[in-house]
Amino acid sequence: MNTRQEKLLAFAFITPSIIAIGIFVYGFIGWSLRVSLSSWRGLLPDYTWAGLSNFIGLFQDRRFLIDIQNTLIFTIFFLAASLVIGLLLAILIDRIKWAGNLFRGVFLFPMAVSFIVTGVAWRWLMNPATGSRISGLNLLFDNLGLDFLINNWHTTAPPWGIAFVVIPAVWQMSGFTMALYLSGIQSIPAELRESAKMDGANEFQVFRYIILPLLNPVTLSAVIILGHISLKIFDLIVAMSGKDLRLDVPSIYMWTTTFDGNNFARGAAIGILMLLGVALLVVPYLIYTNRTEIDV
Amino acid sequence: MKSLKWISLLVLAGMLLAACAPAASPEGEAATGEVEVFSWWTAGGEADGLAAMQEVFSAEYPNLTFVNAAVAGGAGTNARAVLATRLSAGDPPSSWQGHAGQELIGTYVAAGQIEPLNDLYDQNGWLDVMPQTLIPLISQDGNIYSVPVNIHRANVMWYNPAVLEANGATVPATWDEFLTSAETLLANGVTPLAMGEQWTSMHLLETVLLGSLGADGYAGLWDGSTDWAGPEVTAALETFQQVLTYVNSDASTLSWDQAAQLVVDGDAAFTIMGDWADGFFVSLGLTPETDFGWAPAPGTDGLFQFLSDSFVLPVNAKNPEGAIAWLTVAGSKEGQEAFNPIKGSICARTDCDPALFDAYLQSAIADWNTDTVVGSLTHGVVANDAWKSEIDTALGLFLADGDVAAFQSALATACSSSGACQ
Amino acid sequence: MKARSLPRPGTLLVYALLIGFMLFYLLPIYLMFITGLKSFAEVNLRTMWNLPAGIQFDNFAAALERLLPNLINSLTLTIPAAIISSILGSLNGYVLSKWKFRGANLIFTLVLFGMFIPYQSVLIPLVQFMQRLGLYGGIPGLILVHVIYGIPITTLIFRNYYASVPGEVMAAARIDGADFLGIYRYIMIPLSLPGFVVVIIWQFTNIWNEFLFAVVLTNPANWPITVALNNLAGSQIVEWNVQMAGALLAAIPTLIVYVLLGRYFIRGLMAGALKG
Repeated sequence: MNTRQEKLLAFAFITPSIIAIGIFVYGFIGWSLRVSLSSWRGLLPDYTWAGLSNFIGLFQDRRFLIDIQNTLIFTIFFLAASLVIGLLLAILIDRIKWAGNLFRGVFLFPMAVSFIVTGVAWRWLMNPATGSRISGLNLLFDNLGLDFLINNWHTTAPPWGIAFVVIPAVWQMSGFTMALYLSGIQSIPAELRESAKMDGANEFQVFRYIILPLLNPVTLSAVIILGHISLKIFDLIVAMSGKDLRLDVPSIYMWTTTFDGNNFARGAAIGILMLLGVALLVVPYLIYTNRTEIDV
Repeated sequence: MKSLKWISLLVLAGMLLAACAPAASPEGEAATGEVEVFSWWTAGGEADGLAAMQEVFSAEYPNLTFVNAAVAGGAGTNARAVLATRLSAGDPPSSWQGHAGQELIGTYVAAGQIEPLNDLYDQNGWLDVMPQTLIPLISQDGNIYSVPVNIHRANVMWYNPAVLEANGATVPATWDEFLTSAETLLANGVTPLAMGEQWTSMHLLETVLLGSLGADGYAGLWDGSTDWAGPEVTAALETFQQVLTYVNSDASTLSWDQAAQLVVDGDAAFTIMGDWADGFFVSLGLTPETDFGWAPAPGTDGLFQFLSDSFVLPVNAKNPEGAIAWLTVAGSKEGQEAFNPIKGSICARTDCDPALFDAYLQSAIADWNTDTVVGSLTHGVVANDAWKSEIDTALGLFLADGDVAAFQSALATACSSSGACQ
Repeated sequence: MKARSLPRPGTLLVYALLIGFMLFYLLPIYLMFITGLKSFAEVNLRTMWNLPAGIQFDNFAAALERLLPNLINSLTLTIPAAIISSILGSLNGYVLSKWKFRGANLIFTLVLFGMFIPYQSVLIPLVQFMQRLGLYGGIPGLILVHVIYGIPITTLIFRNYYASVPGEVMAAARIDGADFLGIYRYIMIPLSLPGFVVVIIWQFTNIWNEFLFAVVLTNPANWPITVALNNLAGSQIVEWNVQMAGALLAAIPTLIVYVLLGRYFIRGLMAGALKG
């Protein structure tokens, strides 16, 4: 079999996925687009053409603008914290000989617990009451003499309240980031590290110049995975905020406007805008990374 | 390869398991007699009440199988989403729970998804036992669209008698009285009013609107006769803003029951919540009138701001005869007497035996028979889902920035987009 | 192999840090656990750190009773779906990273974009489409949906994983006469273990915990455990003690998967490839 035939075979193997994604992703996005350009406002489908009025309305909508701001703040903090903590945990676990399994299991466990219950537990932990009703982490800090850490958590005045919601999200997802980095680190041939050390490099230099660059593909995967969680995050925030508008994000607005308010057209418009926002960020990043991919 | 074989064996096992799993259920249950009832009553008093009513149903219709398709989620947010997808797929259940009033009429009747029930009412003589003020609110163009099972009251103020006594406060009859005593309470370290997450602030708002505008003014908001942009509404919203200054600062992080807990723990004096709070207090082992007391929300004495859970008959329902059977039980004296004492609400029917109900509910029954009845906003009586959703957004923005003028103008816009105002 | 060395002060620091992190990760779990042991009246923000009055597992028993009927649904859903989608991802990743036919990167980007689609925005067309396929209401339909929506992420992970396999390895295999399938079978799969571990951890967790598709695409008889867990809560008065007990129980199968797969984080797979 020559290379060309093999490439055709390769393409054939990937065709079912392409078709499936074509229907279940792009086909449905197409439906969503159609709805977003319509005036469907009620249980009965109504595809009357409404042009871009839903989209224009959203950009004049104070609530949607709050959503965008919250998403940006949340995403930046969430990505940064998860990557750093995930990488740190992976490095630490890689260096120990005992109890590696135990630590790994503990760090992964939060991901296994339902987002809704996690949200409620953290809502209790981050209760901002002080004085006689102090509870949660504030109470813990008080008992430990760490009074300076007591704060309003996620009820901090906008726009920073949403940054505190990053804490439970990182708690839940950094374990997986750690797993990604661990599998990446452990795939790096030991010979590379050994020969670098023999050349006189210290631990830090080995890390910075050998390991970290080789982890770039892992970081790419992690950024995309964490990014998609961040943009679609819903259950955690609803459980924590009780649909408080100050912590609103596009997915919550989409839900309440579609299923609580029956405004399918506006809900679809929000969905399309979310996807466009993603496309603007993800596509350039992918193009950039494709060009700089390391071929060992 | 060993691992490859192992993996393929697992996949095979998995597929065998999946093949043995129950397949999609067949359409048209008339032969098997299943009645699939959709609600959001999945736990606690709600589920127990539903179970009690189901027992009555099974006793009267032993050939019908009750399928409980309840999906939990505050105010049915998940259940309604599932329902919307099922309706879009043309697969309605036999019956579903919804709040009587515009939530049902403005959504499902407008989409032609539920059937009128006038014949059923005639057959069962319900027009004689259902309250006269209720029927118009669940009808459109003379067609009655749902069978109410219960009545809850929204405009109730709950308080802790011990806290009031310790602070020399009395139950306020108007919001001005409340604002006066609030200062004293605050000075003594007691939160005047306990409130919870965003929806409870809408609940508070509707009682403030009712208390400020009166029954007619309030009812006029929903049919366009009261001007949302007018001075009476401005005054009501300003009162609302003032009341909010006496609310616990961590309100947005508390659920309604955690806020109510503040009252019974002595941290707060009052809370405004529907009468399902009674069921909550009782479940904590508290004694009515000793550990907790109730009064109409300030300014609303003689007014009963109600909401009602009801069941409907879908167009193309699964097993229509079974659905009718369920509706008959839901509207019957037996069914409602089984359901309501456990659920913590009063019967929609006026002929239920008061002795079955606890102290608070008995007072509610008395009030229901004498008070002027208006509908709740938060719980779907006076405004349909779309309108309520716009009000909710406006309220959320107001809670964030405190701008009364912007709030009022957003409310006026919401009214005109809903079509009720010009 | 890492050279065996005596414990250094640095190692103590590492363990100290890990233990510190462990406390952070376990704190909420501890809270959920003690709440799960409390009676309804004891659940109160003020006393949330207090230990329960008596150790009684009533809530866990009640939760278990209500979750067990749906356990088999979740197992028949998650195990096949996780395995199939990881195999599919592995094949796709192999193709897209090692057989760069024209447009491979474009296809990868388009597939990847599918990850970002919010599930709630496709509910209605999905339900209608699944009905047309005759797969509405049962577990097989849900398996199909999760496999398809899992393609982007599994492909992403495997593609980037395989991309770091050195080109020499492929070249050497071809010199030995291996073709497309041969390279996959004899070179890629043995190297894939960490990749499969990560992907199965992810897919199992996500499919096991997923609520929206589960509740919308299946009939009550086929509801997975997430729907039962959600229903434990109640809508008006939420019994958090029972709910938290239930959530911890529902997380156990996933934890078992983590522990079982954890053993396969094997070091130095690549080392063998280079030497050989």
